[in-house]
Amino acid sequence: MDQLVTYFAMGGYAVFVWSSYAAAAIGLVGALVLSWQGWKAREREFEDLRAARRGQETQ
Amino acid sequence: MHKYANPTQFIRIANAVLPWSTAIAVAAFVIGLPLALVFSPPDYQQGETVRIMYVHVPAAWMSLMVYMVIAGSSAAFLIWRHTVAHLIARASAPLGAMFAAVCLISGMLWGQPMWGTFWVWDARLTSVLILFFIYIGYIALLDAFDDPERGDRAAAILALVGSVNVPIIHFSVEWWSTLHQGTIITMDGLTLSGDMARPLLIMVAGFTAFYVSVVIIRLRAELLAAKIRNARQSLAAAE
Amino acid sequence: MSVFAAIVRRDLKLAVRHAGDTAVVLAFFVIAAILFAFGVGPEAGVLARIAAGVVWTTALLSVLMSLDRLFAADFDDGSLEQLVISTDHLVLVVAKVVAHWLVTAVPLMVVAPVVALALQLPNTGLAPLMIGLGLGTPILSLLGAVGSALVLGARRGSVLVAVLLLPLYVPVLIFGAAAVEAAITGTGHVLPLQVLAGLLLVAASLCPWATVAALRSAVE
Repeated sequence: MDQLVTYFAMGGYAVFVWSSYAAAAIGLVGALVLSWQGWKAREREFEDLRAARRGQETQ
Repeated sequence: MHKYANPTQFIRIANAVLPWSTAIAVAAFVIGLPLALVFSPPDYQQGETVRIMYVHVPAAWMSLMVYMVIAGSSAAFLIWRHTVAHLIARASAPLGAMFAAVCLISGMLWGQPMWGTFWVWDARLTSVLILFFIYIGYIALLDAFDDPERGDRAAAILALVGSVNVPIIHFSVEWWSTLHQGTIITMDGLTLSGDMARPLLIMVAGFTAFYVSVVIIRLRAELLAAKIRNARQSLAAAE
Repeated sequence: MSVFAAIVRRDLKLAVRHAGDTAVVLAFFVIAAILFAFGVGPEAGVLARIAAGVVWTTALLSVLMSLDRLFAADFDDGSLEQLVISTDHLVLVVAKVVAHWLVTAVPLMVVAPVVALALQLPNTGLAPLMIGLGLGTPILSLLGAVGSALVLGARRGSVLVAVLLLPLYVPVLIFGAAAVEAAITGTGHVLPLQVLAGLLLVAASLCPWATVAALRSAVE
């Protein structure tokens, strides 16, 4: 337990080390999630359009 | 060259690459993060803060690499009229800005324990700051026009002008910071042992593979957006 | 009369007719520089230390302010399209840049020594300041031409052009201000001026082409 505490303390620099990794994680994971959502949204939009176009053709 | 200019062909290749790049990224982070955070030794001078390097340096590397990708694909778009290149540039730009931001934030967090202040006008950090602003300008220009094609062309020209300018800016800033050197300690004093170089290289590989995967996802979105625009136009024409 | 001279003369005539535009840019330059004196206080030592940087920074911002007359005015009234159709694009761009430099930078350089002296710049710094401005302002105009051609027809064009160009202006600012400082401290001001001359050569050989490409995509 003590070992774990010393580890997370990072020699007294815990704030700096862990916030650096947090910043990187937020940046990378955020980019991944936003990009994925953007792609899915485009895909839905495209399907809707296709459906609309099919509707137009059958009229 | 033109074989890859066909969007369908291109997306087929990209789809084939995606599982590999994702696997490499996941493996690199699974192996690299424990190495960087636990198993690599603390630096004899900097102690545990040296662990910040394992995200700072890959982010710095990526911010430059992504700019090179943008400049290269801008050239392909303008000179050879490659039909996918401008979408690669469009998909890459926000990621490059993100990497530059991560580099700046981690650099500041490294600077506080190392220099006693969050910001010193260190040449490399300052160069990345300017690169970040170039990214911001580039992204703003991309979206500043009602006609996206016009934005693509303008941004591509800007990217090429920037590719000449970025090295000039870097050397100017470097020269400038040595001119005003007083209290500035650079990161050159850091000697990398194998135990540090290994996790660093793995993290660089992870960041690179991560970029490749995400840019392919973004590329899919951009290709769909182009298709949607075309479909809207033909739909409007049919009515 | 060559096409080149005709375009330069046309722009100079326009500038004389709209002399107020030049006056406003000059007024901006002087006021912005003076604001620094209010900001940091009138102590001669402090002012002298920052004078070169202030003159350079405000000159740079003033050039930025004046860029909308380079292409945007002609773009809005449609005369740019006529010019692009009727003249060689490279000649047009170079003529426009030369005219812009004559109309904007030359008046700035006339006022700059006065502003510098008001900011207590030591006399030894005056010559490198002026030589630096002479070498540096053409670079500002050349890069400015690229930027203002890129944003033709863009939303928020005038703010956008500032965001695009200010990072690219950094080297000019660094070497321009460094030359003055080196002259004051006696540490060799020739090198930064030589670098500025080199940058001017690079800018002169590359920027016109980029501007031509940007103009074509804006006007077509």
